[in-house]
Amino acid sequence: MIRLSRHHTERIVFAVIGLAAVATAVPIIIIVGSIFFSGAEAVSWQFLLEMPRDGMRSGGIWPAIIGTIYLVVGTGLISIPLGVASAIYLSEYAADSYWTRMIRLAIVNLAGIPSVVYGLFGLGLFVLFLDLGSSIVAACLTLSIMTIPVIISTAEEALRAVPQSFRVVSVGMGATRWQTIRRVVLPQALPGILTGVILGLNRAAGETAPILFTGAAFFLPKLPNSIFDQTMALPYHLFVISTQVPEMPITIQYGTATVLLAFVLIMNILAASVRSWQRRKREW
Amino acid sequence: MSDEITFQIEQLNFYYGNTQALCDVNMTVLPREITALIGPSGCGKSTFLRCLNRMNDTITDTRISGSIVLNGQNIYAPNIDETELRRQVGLVFQRPNPFPQSIFDNVAFGPRVLGIATGNDLHELVVQSLRAAALWDEIKEDLKQPALSLSLGQQQRLCIARVLAVTPDVILMDEPCSALDPIATNQIEELIQELKEHYTIVIVTHNMQQAARVSDKTGFFWLGELIEFDETTTIFTRPSLQRTEDYVTGRFG
Repeated sequence: MIRLSRHHTERIVFAVIGLAAVATAVPIIIIVGSIFFSGAEAVSWQFLLEMPRDGMRSGGIWPAIIGTIYLVVGTGLISIPLGVASAIYLSEYAADSYWTRMIRLAIVNLAGIPSVVYGLFGLGLFVLFLDLGSSIVAACLTLSIMTIPVIISTAEEALRAVPQSFRVVSVGMGATRWQTIRRVVLPQALPGILTGVILGLNRAAGETAPILFTGAAFFLPKLPNSIFDQTMALPYHLFVISTQVPEMPITIQYGTATVLLAFVLIMNILAASVRSWQRRKREW
Repeated sequence: MSDEITFQIEQLNFYYGNTQALCDVNMTVLPREITALIGPSGCGKSTFLRCLNRMNDTITDTRISGSIVLNGQNIYAPNIDETELRRQVGLVFQRPNPFPQSIFDNVAFGPRVLGIATGNDLHELVVQSLRAAALWDEIKEDLKQPALSLSLGQQQRLCIARVLAVTPDVILMDEPCSALDPIATNQIEELIQELKEHYTIVIVTHNMQQAARVSDKTGFFWLGELIEFDETTTIFTRPSLQRTEDYVTGRFG
Protein backbone atom coordinates (compact mmCIF):
# COMPACT_ATOMS: atom_id res chain seq x y z
CA MET A 1 0.00 0.00 0.00
CA ILE A 2 1.22 3.44 -0.91
CA ARG A 3 1.68 5.73 2.05
CA LEU A 4 0.69 9.28 1.26
CA SER A 5 2.44 12.13 2.89
CA ARG A 6 0.36 14.31 5.18
CA HIS A 7 0.42 17.06 2.60
CA HIS A 8 -0.96 14.84 -0.13
CA THR A 9 -3.71 13.60 2.18
CA GLU A 10 -4.51 17.18 2.99
CA ARG A 11 -4.86 18.04 -0.69
CA ILE A 12 -7.00 15.03 -1.51
CA VAL A 13 -9.32 15.60 1.44
CA PHE A 14 -9.61 19.25 0.56
CA ALA A 15 -10.41 18.43 -3.08
CA VAL A 16 -13.05 15.84 -2.13
CA ILE A 17 -14.92 18.04 0.33
CA GLY A 18 -14.65 20.97 -2.07
CA LEU A 19 -16.19 18.86 -4.82
CA ALA A 20 -18.99 17.82 -2.49
CA ALA A 21 -19.77 21.47 -1.81
CA VAL A 22 -19.79 22.27 -5.53
CA ALA A 23 -21.94 19.21 -6.28
CA THR A 24 -24.66 20.45 -3.93
CA ALA A 25 -24.62 23.95 -5.39
CA VAL A 26 -24.62 22.98 -9.07
CA PRO A 27 -28.15 21.52 -9.30
CA ILE A 28 -29.62 24.56 -7.55
CA ILE A 29 -27.85 26.91 -9.91
CA ILE A 30 -28.95 24.87 -12.94
CA ILE A 31 -32.59 24.69 -11.80
CA VAL A 32 -32.89 28.35 -10.91
CA GLY A 33 -30.85 29.43 -13.92
CA SER A 34 -32.75 27.40 -16.48
CA ILE A 35 -36.15 28.39 -15.11
CA PHE A 36 -35.26 32.08 -15.01
CA PHE A 37 -33.66 31.82 -18.46
CA SER A 38 -36.67 30.14 -20.06
CA GLY A 39 -39.28 32.01 -18.04
CA ALA A 40 -37.94 35.53 -18.32
CA GLU A 41 -39.41 36.11 -21.77
CA ALA A 42 -42.90 35.15 -20.56
CA VAL A 43 -42.83 37.50 -17.59
CA SER A 44 -44.24 40.93 -18.34
CA TRP A 45 -46.60 43.35 -16.62
CA GLN A 46 -49.47 41.84 -18.63
CA PHE A 47 -48.47 38.35 -17.52
CA LEU A 48 -48.35 39.41 -13.88
CA LEU A 49 -51.49 41.55 -13.81
CA GLU A 50 -53.96 39.91 -16.24
CA MET A 51 -56.54 37.17 -15.76
CA PRO A 52 -55.83 33.84 -17.48
CA ARG A 53 -57.60 33.37 -20.84
CA ASP A 54 -58.32 30.49 -23.27
CA GLY A 55 -58.42 27.86 -20.53
CA MET A 56 -55.26 29.37 -19.00
CA ARG A 57 -53.34 28.90 -22.26
CA SER A 58 -52.81 32.64 -22.57
CA GLY A 59 -53.25 35.77 -20.51
CA GLY A 60 -51.70 36.25 -17.09
CA ILE A 61 -51.54 34.72 -13.63
CA TRP A 62 -52.85 37.64 -11.54
CA PRO A 63 -55.45 35.59 -9.58
CA ALA A 64 -52.78 33.05 -8.63
CA ILE A 65 -50.41 35.77 -7.41
CA ILE A 66 -53.09 37.60 -5.44
CA GLY A 67 -54.33 34.25 -4.07
CA THR A 68 -50.87 33.33 -2.81
CA ILE A 69 -50.57 36.75 -1.18
CA TYR A 70 -53.95 36.24 0.51
CA LEU A 71 -52.86 32.83 1.76
CA VAL A 72 -49.52 34.07 3.09
CA VAL A 73 -51.07 37.09 4.84
CA GLY A 74 -53.90 34.99 6.31
CA THR A 75 -51.48 32.32 7.47
CA GLY A 76 -49.30 35.01 9.02
CA LEU A 77 -52.26 36.54 10.87
CA ILE A 78 -53.02 33.18 12.46
CA SER A 79 -49.60 31.61 12.90
CA ILE A 80 -47.46 34.58 14.02
CA PRO A 81 -49.42 35.48 17.19
CA LEU A 82 -49.98 31.83 18.11
CA GLY A 83 -46.43 30.75 17.32
CA VAL A 84 -44.69 33.66 19.04
CA ALA A 85 -46.97 33.42 22.09
CA SER A 86 -46.22 29.69 22.40
CA ALA A 87 -42.51 30.35 22.05
CA ILE A 88 -42.65 33.00 24.80
CA TYR A 89 -44.53 30.60 27.03
CA LEU A 90 -42.07 27.75 26.43
CA SER A 91 -38.95 29.90 26.76
CA GLU A 92 -39.93 32.33 29.52
CA TYR A 93 -42.70 30.88 31.64
CA ALA A 94 -42.93 27.10 31.40
CA ALA A 95 -41.00 25.07 33.93
CA ASP A 96 -39.12 22.07 32.61
CA SER A 97 -41.77 19.49 33.36
CA TYR A 98 -43.13 16.31 31.80
CA TRP A 99 -45.80 18.32 30.00
CA THR A 100 -43.54 20.94 28.48
CA ARG A 101 -41.24 18.17 27.29
CA MET A 102 -44.26 16.52 25.63
CA ILE A 103 -45.23 19.84 24.01
CA ARG A 104 -41.70 20.29 22.65
CA LEU A 105 -41.66 16.71 21.35
CA ALA A 106 -44.99 17.33 19.63
CA ILE A 107 -43.66 20.52 17.99
CA VAL A 108 -40.54 18.78 16.71
CA ASN A 109 -42.60 15.93 15.29
CA LEU A 110 -45.17 18.29 13.81
CA ALA A 111 -42.37 19.96 11.83
CA GLY A 112 -41.50 16.62 10.24
CA ILE A 113 -44.95 15.62 9.02
CA PRO A 114 -45.31 15.40 5.20
CA SER A 115 -47.31 18.32 3.87
CA VAL A 116 -49.95 16.14 2.19
CA VAL A 117 -50.90 14.83 5.64
CA TYR A 118 -51.56 18.41 6.74
CA GLY A 119 -53.73 18.78 3.65
CA LEU A 120 -55.81 15.73 4.50
CA PHE A 121 -56.03 16.82 8.15
CA GLY A 122 -57.23 20.25 7.05
CA LEU A 123 -59.79 18.63 4.76
CA GLY A 124 -61.10 16.53 7.65
CA LEU A 125 -61.11 19.20 10.35
CA PHE A 126 -61.63 22.59 8.73
CA VAL A 127 -63.35 21.84 5.41
CA LEU A 128 -65.67 19.04 6.51
CA PHE A 129 -66.01 18.91 10.30
CA LEU A 130 -66.03 22.68 10.93
CA ASP A 131 -67.89 23.09 7.64
CA LEU A 132 -65.74 25.97 6.38
CA GLY A 133 -65.80 24.40 2.92
CA SER A 134 -62.89 24.60 0.54
CA SER A 135 -62.00 28.24 1.23
CA ILE A 136 -59.22 30.72 1.89
CA VAL A 137 -59.85 30.50 5.63
CA ALA A 138 -59.63 26.70 5.66
CA ALA A 139 -56.43 26.82 3.59
CA CYS A 140 -54.90 29.46 5.87
CA LEU A 141 -55.75 27.42 8.97
CA THR A 142 -54.18 24.33 7.40
CA LEU A 143 -51.07 26.23 6.34
CA SER A 144 -50.89 27.73 9.84
CA ILE A 145 -50.73 24.31 11.48
CA MET A 146 -47.83 23.54 9.17
CA THR A 147 -46.10 26.90 9.80
CA ILE A 148 -46.56 27.24 13.57
CA PRO A 149 -43.97 24.58 14.54
CA VAL A 150 -41.33 26.35 12.42
CA ILE A 151 -42.16 29.70 14.03
CA ILE A 152 -42.23 28.25 17.55
CA SER A 153 -38.87 26.52 17.30
CA THR A 154 -37.01 29.43 15.70
CA ALA A 155 -38.65 32.01 17.99
CA GLU A 156 -37.90 29.92 21.07
CA GLU A 157 -34.29 29.62 19.96
CA ALA A 158 -34.09 33.40 19.45
CA LEU A 159 -35.60 34.06 22.89
CA ARG A 160 -33.20 31.64 24.58
CA ALA A 161 -30.26 33.35 22.91
CA VAL A 162 -30.98 36.54 24.88
CA PRO A 163 -28.52 36.48 27.79
CA GLN A 164 -30.03 35.52 31.13
CA SER A 165 -28.23 38.47 32.76
CA PHE A 166 -30.53 40.93 30.91
CA ARG A 167 -33.56 39.31 32.50
CA VAL A 168 -31.96 39.21 35.94
CA VAL A 169 -31.04 42.91 35.77
CA SER A 170 -34.54 43.88 34.74
CA VAL A 171 -36.25 41.79 37.42
CA GLY A 172 -33.64 42.96 39.93
CA MET A 173 -34.72 46.57 39.39
CA GLY A 174 -38.35 45.83 40.11
CA ALA A 175 -39.75 45.02 36.67
CA THR A 176 -42.33 42.25 36.49
CA ARG A 177 -41.71 39.20 34.35
CA TRP A 178 -43.98 40.46 31.59
CA GLN A 179 -42.35 43.92 31.61
CA THR A 180 -39.00 42.17 31.34
CA ILE A 181 -40.16 40.09 28.38
CA ARG A 182 -41.75 43.04 26.59
CA ARG A 183 -39.06 45.64 27.26
CA VAL A 184 -35.88 43.55 27.27
CA VAL A 185 -36.25 40.05 25.86
CA LEU A 186 -38.58 40.58 22.88
CA PRO A 187 -36.71 43.56 21.38
CA GLN A 188 -33.44 41.61 21.55
CA ALA A 189 -34.99 38.47 20.08
CA LEU A 190 -37.01 40.25 17.39
CA PRO A 191 -34.65 39.74 14.42
CA GLY A 192 -34.38 36.02 15.17
CA ILE A 193 -38.14 35.75 15.51
CA LEU A 194 -38.62 37.60 12.21
CA THR A 195 -36.27 35.20 10.44
CA GLY A 196 -38.32 32.26 11.67
CA VAL A 197 -41.57 33.93 10.68
CA ILE A 198 -40.34 34.63 7.15
CA LEU A 199 -38.98 31.12 6.67
CA GLY A 200 -42.22 29.62 7.98
CA LEU A 201 -44.40 31.78 5.73
CA ASN A 202 -42.06 31.05 2.84
CA ARG A 203 -42.83 27.38 3.20
CA ALA A 204 -46.53 28.21 3.29
CA ALA A 205 -46.20 30.22 0.08
CA GLY A 206 -44.56 27.38 -1.84
CA GLU A 207 -46.58 24.35 -0.72
CA THR A 208 -49.24 22.73 -2.89
CA ALA A 209 -50.37 19.70 -0.92
CA PRO A 210 -51.87 21.46 2.14
CA ILE A 211 -54.07 23.74 0.01
CA LEU A 212 -54.96 21.12 -2.58
CA PHE A 213 -58.04 19.92 -0.68
CA THR A 214 -58.66 22.93 1.51
CA GLY A 215 -58.90 26.05 -0.62
CA ALA A 216 -57.06 26.02 -3.94
CA ALA A 217 -59.11 26.34 -7.09
CA PHE A 218 -58.23 24.76 -10.44
CA PHE A 219 -59.42 27.88 -12.24
CA LEU A 220 -61.50 30.88 -11.20
CA PRO A 221 -62.68 33.50 -13.66
CA LYS A 222 -62.67 36.20 -10.95
CA LEU A 223 -60.83 37.13 -7.77
CA PRO A 224 -62.18 35.81 -4.46
CA ASN A 225 -64.70 38.10 -2.74
CA SER A 226 -64.43 36.82 0.81
CA ILE A 227 -62.31 34.56 2.94
CA PHE A 228 -64.93 31.85 2.44
CA ASP A 229 -64.28 31.72 -1.30
CA GLN A 230 -61.80 29.42 -2.97
CA THR A 231 -58.74 30.99 -4.49
CA MET A 232 -56.13 30.23 -7.08
CA ALA A 233 -52.55 29.99 -5.81
CA LEU A 234 -49.19 29.98 -7.54
CA PRO A 235 -47.86 26.53 -6.60
CA TYR A 236 -51.15 24.77 -7.38
CA HIS A 237 -51.59 26.80 -10.58
CA LEU A 238 -48.15 25.66 -11.68
CA PHE A 239 -49.06 22.06 -10.94
CA VAL A 240 -52.32 22.44 -12.89
CA ILE A 241 -50.84 24.04 -16.00
CA SER A 242 -47.95 21.60 -16.03
CA THR A 243 -49.96 18.40 -15.76
CA GLN A 244 -53.68 18.98 -16.21
CA VAL A 245 -54.08 21.22 -19.24
CA PRO A 246 -53.34 19.81 -22.70
CA GLU A 247 -51.51 21.94 -25.27
CA MET A 248 -50.26 24.34 -22.65
CA PRO A 249 -47.62 26.77 -24.00
CA ILE A 250 -44.35 25.97 -22.25
CA THR A 251 -43.47 29.66 -21.86
CA ILE A 252 -46.45 30.17 -19.54
CA GLN A 253 -45.33 27.21 -17.44
CA TYR A 254 -41.82 28.58 -17.20
CA GLY A 255 -43.14 32.08 -16.54
CA THR A 256 -45.30 30.85 -13.67
CA ALA A 257 -42.39 28.89 -12.21
CA THR A 258 -40.23 32.00 -12.48
CA VAL A 259 -42.75 34.10 -10.58
CA LEU A 260 -43.17 31.48 -7.83
CA LEU A 261 -39.43 31.07 -7.54
CA ALA A 262 -38.87 34.83 -7.44
CA PHE A 263 -41.55 35.13 -4.73
CA VAL A 264 -39.83 32.52 -2.56
CA LEU A 265 -36.37 33.89 -3.34
CA ILE A 266 -37.33 37.42 -2.32
CA MET A 267 -38.64 36.14 1.00
CA ASN A 268 -35.44 34.15 1.53
CA ILE A 269 -33.30 37.19 0.78
CA LEU A 270 -35.45 39.13 3.24
CA ALA A 271 -34.81 36.49 5.90
CA ALA A 272 -31.09 36.50 5.18
CA SER A 273 -30.83 40.27 5.43
CA VAL A 274 -32.76 40.25 8.70
CA ARG A 275 -30.30 37.67 9.98
CA SER A 276 -27.26 39.71 9.03
CA TRP A 277 -28.85 42.85 10.51
CA GLN A 278 -29.33 40.84 13.70
CA ARG A 279 -25.70 39.78 13.70
CA ARG A 280 -24.52 43.35 13.31
CA LYS A 281 -26.84 44.49 16.06
CA ARG A 282 -25.90 41.78 18.51
CA GLU A 283 -23.01 42.94 20.64
CA TRP A 284 -23.13 40.73 23.69
CA MET B 1 -35.68 51.73 67.74
CA SER B 2 -36.44 49.86 64.53
CA ASP B 3 -35.91 53.13 62.64
CA GLU B 4 -32.23 52.84 63.33
CA ILE B 5 -31.93 49.44 61.67
CA THR B 6 -32.13 48.83 57.92
CA PHE B 7 -32.02 45.04 57.85
CA GLN B 8 -32.71 42.81 60.83
CA ILE B 9 -32.02 39.22 59.80
CA GLU B 10 -32.94 36.45 62.20
CA GLN B 11 -32.45 32.69 62.04
CA LEU B 12 -32.20 32.72 58.26
CA ASN B 13 -31.97 29.31 56.62
CA PHE B 14 -31.87 28.76 52.88
CA TYR B 15 -31.98 25.56 50.86
CA TYR B 16 -31.35 24.70 47.21
CA GLY B 17 -33.37 21.49 46.97
CA ASN B 18 -31.96 19.37 49.78
CA THR B 19 -28.71 21.30 50.10
CA GLN B 20 -28.64 23.81 52.91
CA ALA B 21 -26.83 26.96 51.74
CA LEU B 22 -27.43 29.19 54.76
CA CYS B 23 -27.64 28.07 58.36
CA ASP B 24 -29.17 30.18 61.15
CA VAL B 25 -27.77 33.49 59.96
CA ASN B 26 -28.37 36.49 62.23
CA MET B 27 -27.26 39.96 61.17
CA THR B 28 -28.10 43.58 61.70
CA VAL B 29 -27.42 46.08 58.93
CA LEU B 30 -27.42 49.72 60.00
CA PRO B 31 -28.45 52.59 57.73
CA ARG B 32 -25.71 54.38 55.75
CA GLU B 33 -23.15 51.82 56.69
CA ILE B 34 -21.15 49.61 54.37
CA THR B 35 -21.37 45.97 55.32
CA ALA B 36 -18.85 43.66 53.66
CA LEU B 37 -19.44 39.94 53.36
CA ILE B 38 -16.33 37.78 52.99
CA GLY B 39 -15.61 34.09 52.93
CA PRO B 40 -14.39 31.36 50.58
CA SER B 41 -16.32 30.51 47.38
CA GLY B 42 -19.51 28.58 48.02
CA CYS B 43 -19.80 29.76 51.62
CA GLY B 44 -23.24 31.27 51.01
CA LYS B 45 -22.45 34.99 50.96
CA SER B 46 -23.90 35.60 47.49
CA THR B 47 -26.94 33.50 48.34
CA PHE B 48 -27.39 35.60 51.46
CA LEU B 49 -27.09 38.83 49.44
CA ARG B 50 -29.78 37.64 47.03
CA CYS B 51 -32.12 36.83 49.90
CA LEU B 52 -32.10 40.52 50.80
CA ASN B 53 -34.06 41.52 47.69
CA ARG B 54 -35.69 38.17 47.05
CA MET B 55 -33.80 37.50 43.83
CA ASN B 56 -33.64 33.88 44.91
CA ASP B 57 -37.40 33.70 44.35
CA THR B 58 -36.72 33.34 40.64
CA ILE B 59 -34.82 30.07 41.17
CA THR B 60 -37.02 27.01 41.34
CA ASP B 61 -36.80 24.43 44.12
CA THR B 62 -35.47 26.73 46.83
CA ARG B 63 -36.75 27.11 50.38
CA ILE B 64 -36.24 29.77 53.00
CA SER B 65 -37.03 30.10 56.72
CA GLY B 66 -36.38 32.72 59.36
CA SER B 67 -37.04 36.41 58.89
CA ILE B 68 -35.56 39.41 57.13
CA VAL B 69 -37.02 42.69 58.35
CA LEU B 70 -36.38 45.77 56.22
CA ASN B 71 -37.29 49.08 57.91
CA GLY B 72 -39.72 47.28 60.19
CA GLN B 73 -41.34 45.12 57.47
CA ASN B 74 -40.73 41.39 57.01
CA ILE B 75 -39.85 41.19 53.32
CA TYR B 76 -41.01 37.56 53.11
CA ALA B 77 -44.47 38.43 54.48
CA PRO B 78 -47.27 37.43 52.07
CA ASN B 79 -48.45 41.00 51.49
CA ILE B 80 -45.06 42.22 50.27
CA ASP B 81 -44.81 43.29 46.62
CA GLU B 82 -41.44 41.83 45.64
CA THR B 83 -41.10 44.15 42.61
CA GLU B 84 -41.38 47.20 44.92
CA LEU B 85 -38.89 45.54 47.27
CA ARG B 86 -36.41 45.09 44.41
CA ARG B 87 -36.77 48.72 43.44
CA GLN B 88 -35.99 49.65 47.03
CA VAL B 89 -33.09 47.21 47.34
CA GLY B 90 -31.00 47.41 44.16
CA LEU B 91 -28.48 44.81 43.02
CA VAL B 92 -25.19 45.35 41.19
CA PHE B 93 -23.70 42.27 39.59
CA GLN B 94 -20.26 40.75 39.34
CA ARG B 95 -19.81 41.37 35.64
CA PRO B 96 -20.85 44.71 34.16
CA ASN B 97 -24.00 43.86 32.21
CA PRO B 98 -25.43 46.94 30.47
CA PHE B 99 -28.14 46.42 27.85
CA PRO B 100 -26.90 46.73 24.25
CA GLN B 101 -28.45 50.19 24.01
CA SER B 102 -27.35 53.78 24.51
CA ILE B 103 -26.07 55.09 27.84
CA PHE B 104 -29.24 57.13 28.25
CA ASP B 105 -31.57 54.22 27.52
CA ASN B 106 -29.70 52.04 30.00
CA VAL B 107 -30.17 54.46 32.87
CA ALA B 108 -33.70 55.37 31.77
CA PHE B 109 -34.74 51.71 31.62
CA GLY B 110 -35.86 51.37 35.24
CA PRO B 111 -37.68 54.72 35.51
CA ARG B 112 -39.47 54.03 32.23
CA VAL B 113 -40.58 50.52 33.14
CA LEU B 114 -41.65 51.47 36.66
CA GLY B 115 -43.23 54.74 35.51
CA ILE B 116 -41.08 56.85 37.83
CA ALA B 117 -40.42 59.71 35.42
CA THR B 118 -40.94 60.88 31.82
CA GLY B 119 -39.81 63.73 29.59
CA ASN B 120 -37.65 66.36 31.28
CA ASP B 121 -37.96 64.70 34.68
CA LEU B 122 -36.59 61.52 33.19
CA HIS B 123 -33.70 63.35 31.61
CA GLU B 124 -32.94 65.06 34.91
CA LEU B 125 -33.10 61.73 36.76
CA VAL B 126 -30.72 60.11 34.28
CA VAL B 127 -28.23 62.98 34.60
CA GLN B 128 -28.45 62.88 38.40
CA SER B 129 -27.91 59.12 38.46
CA LEU B 130 -24.90 59.36 36.14
CA ARG B 131 -23.47 62.13 38.35
CA ALA B 132 -24.04 60.09 41.49
CA ALA B 133 -22.30 57.13 39.85
CA ALA B 134 -19.27 59.31 39.02
CA LEU B 135 -19.65 58.66 35.31
CA TRP B 136 -21.17 61.94 34.16
CA ASP B 137 -17.96 63.87 33.51
CA GLU B 138 -16.61 61.13 31.26
CA ILE B 139 -19.65 60.70 29.02
CA LYS B 140 -21.67 63.93 29.26
CA GLU B 141 -20.84 64.88 25.64
CA ASP B 142 -22.67 61.93 24.19
CA LEU B 143 -25.43 60.15 26.10
CA LYS B 144 -26.50 58.42 22.89
CA GLN B 145 -23.31 56.40 22.48
CA PRO B 146 -23.70 52.64 22.90
CA ALA B 147 -23.12 51.48 26.47
CA LEU B 148 -20.98 48.60 25.24
CA SER B 149 -18.43 51.02 23.76
CA LEU B 150 -17.48 52.08 27.31
CA SER B 151 -14.60 50.48 29.21
CA LEU B 152 -15.49 47.73 31.67
CA GLY B 153 -15.02 50.05 34.64
CA GLN B 154 -17.27 52.67 33.05
CA GLN B 155 -19.81 49.97 32.24
CA GLN B 156 -19.89 48.92 35.89
CA ARG B 157 -20.45 52.52 37.00
CA LEU B 158 -23.19 52.73 34.37
CA CYS B 159 -24.80 49.66 35.93
CA ILE B 160 -24.62 51.41 39.31
CA ALA B 161 -26.23 54.51 37.76
CA ARG B 162 -28.94 52.29 36.30
CA VAL B 163 -29.72 50.99 39.79
CA LEU B 164 -29.62 54.50 41.33
CA ALA B 165 -32.17 55.69 38.76
CA VAL B 166 -34.97 53.72 40.41
CA THR B 167 -34.23 55.57 43.70
CA PRO B 168 -33.36 52.65 45.98
CA ASP B 169 -32.55 52.86 49.71
CA VAL B 170 -30.18 49.93 49.80
CA ILE B 171 -27.61 48.82 47.22
CA LEU B 172 -26.40 45.24 47.18
CA MET B 173 -23.15 44.59 45.35
CA ASP B 174 -22.03 41.11 44.39
CA GLU B 175 -18.26 41.27 43.86
CA PRO B 176 -18.63 44.44 41.77
CA CYS B 177 -14.91 44.75 41.06
CA SER B 178 -13.91 41.16 40.32
CA ALA B 179 -13.94 41.74 36.55
CA LEU B 180 -12.11 45.08 36.74
CA ASP B 181 -8.50 46.23 36.69
CA PRO B 182 -6.96 47.99 39.75
CA ILE B 183 -7.64 51.52 38.49
CA ALA B 184 -11.29 50.81 37.71
CA THR B 185 -11.53 48.99 41.05
CA ASN B 186 -10.20 52.04 42.83
CA GLN B 187 -12.78 54.27 41.12
CA ILE B 188 -15.61 51.96 42.18
CA GLU B 189 -14.30 51.88 45.75
CA GLU B 190 -14.23 55.68 45.88
CA LEU B 191 -17.74 55.70 44.45
CA ILE B 192 -18.92 53.30 47.14
CA GLN B 193 -17.59 55.69 49.77
CA GLU B 194 -19.53 58.56 48.21
CA LEU B 195 -22.72 56.52 47.89
CA LYS B 196 -22.55 55.74 51.60
CA GLU B 197 -23.79 59.27 52.33
CA HIS B 198 -27.21 58.43 50.93
CA TYR B 199 -27.45 54.66 50.72
CA THR B 200 -27.02 51.59 52.83
CA ILE B 201 -24.61 49.23 51.10
CA VAL B 202 -24.00 45.51 51.43
CA ILE B 203 -21.06 44.26 49.40
CA VAL B 204 -19.78 40.75 48.76
CA THR B 205 -16.07 40.64 48.03
CA HIS B 206 -13.24 38.18 47.61
CA ASN B 207 -10.74 40.95 48.08
CA MET B 208 -9.66 41.26 51.73
CA GLN B 209 -8.03 44.66 51.21
CA GLN B 210 -11.23 45.91 49.63
CA ALA B 211 -13.32 44.79 52.59
CA ALA B 212 -10.80 46.39 54.96
CA ARG B 213 -10.67 49.61 52.94
CA VAL B 214 -14.32 50.31 52.25
CA SER B 215 -16.50 48.72 54.91
CA ASP B 216 -17.70 49.61 58.38
CA LYS B 217 -18.80 46.10 59.34
CA THR B 218 -17.56 42.79 58.05
CA GLY B 219 -19.24 39.41 58.20
CA PHE B 220 -17.28 36.21 57.66
CA PHE B 221 -19.23 33.33 56.15
CA TRP B 222 -18.05 29.79 56.49
CA LEU B 223 -19.96 26.79 55.13
CA GLY B 224 -23.27 28.64 55.16
CA GLU B 225 -22.86 30.08 58.63
CA LEU B 226 -22.05 33.65 59.58
CA ILE B 227 -19.36 32.67 62.03
CA GLU B 228 -18.11 36.15 62.85
CA PHE B 229 -19.67 39.57 62.37
CA ASP B 230 -18.15 42.73 63.81
CA GLU B 231 -16.61 46.12 63.16
CA THR B 232 -14.28 45.83 60.17
CA THR B 233 -11.29 47.02 62.19
CA THR B 234 -11.94 44.31 64.77
CA ILE B 235 -12.27 41.59 62.13
CA PHE B 236 -8.99 42.58 60.52
CA THR B 237 -6.95 43.27 63.64
CA ARG B 238 -8.15 41.05 66.47
CA PRO B 239 -10.86 38.64 65.30
CA SER B 240 -12.24 36.41 68.02
CA LEU B 241 -12.00 33.21 65.97
CA GLN B 242 -8.81 31.59 64.74
CA ARG B 243 -10.55 30.64 61.48
CA THR B 244 -11.39 34.28 60.73
CA GLU B 245 -7.85 35.31 61.41
CA ASP B 246 -6.49 32.57 59.15
CA TYR B 247 -8.81 33.68 56.36
CA VAL B 248 -8.26 37.44 56.52
CA THR B 249 -4.51 37.00 56.76
CA GLY B 250 -4.56 34.72 53.72
CA ARG B 251 -3.47 31.55 55.44
CA PHE B 252 -6.27 29.70 53.65
CA GLY B 253 -9.08 30.68 51.35
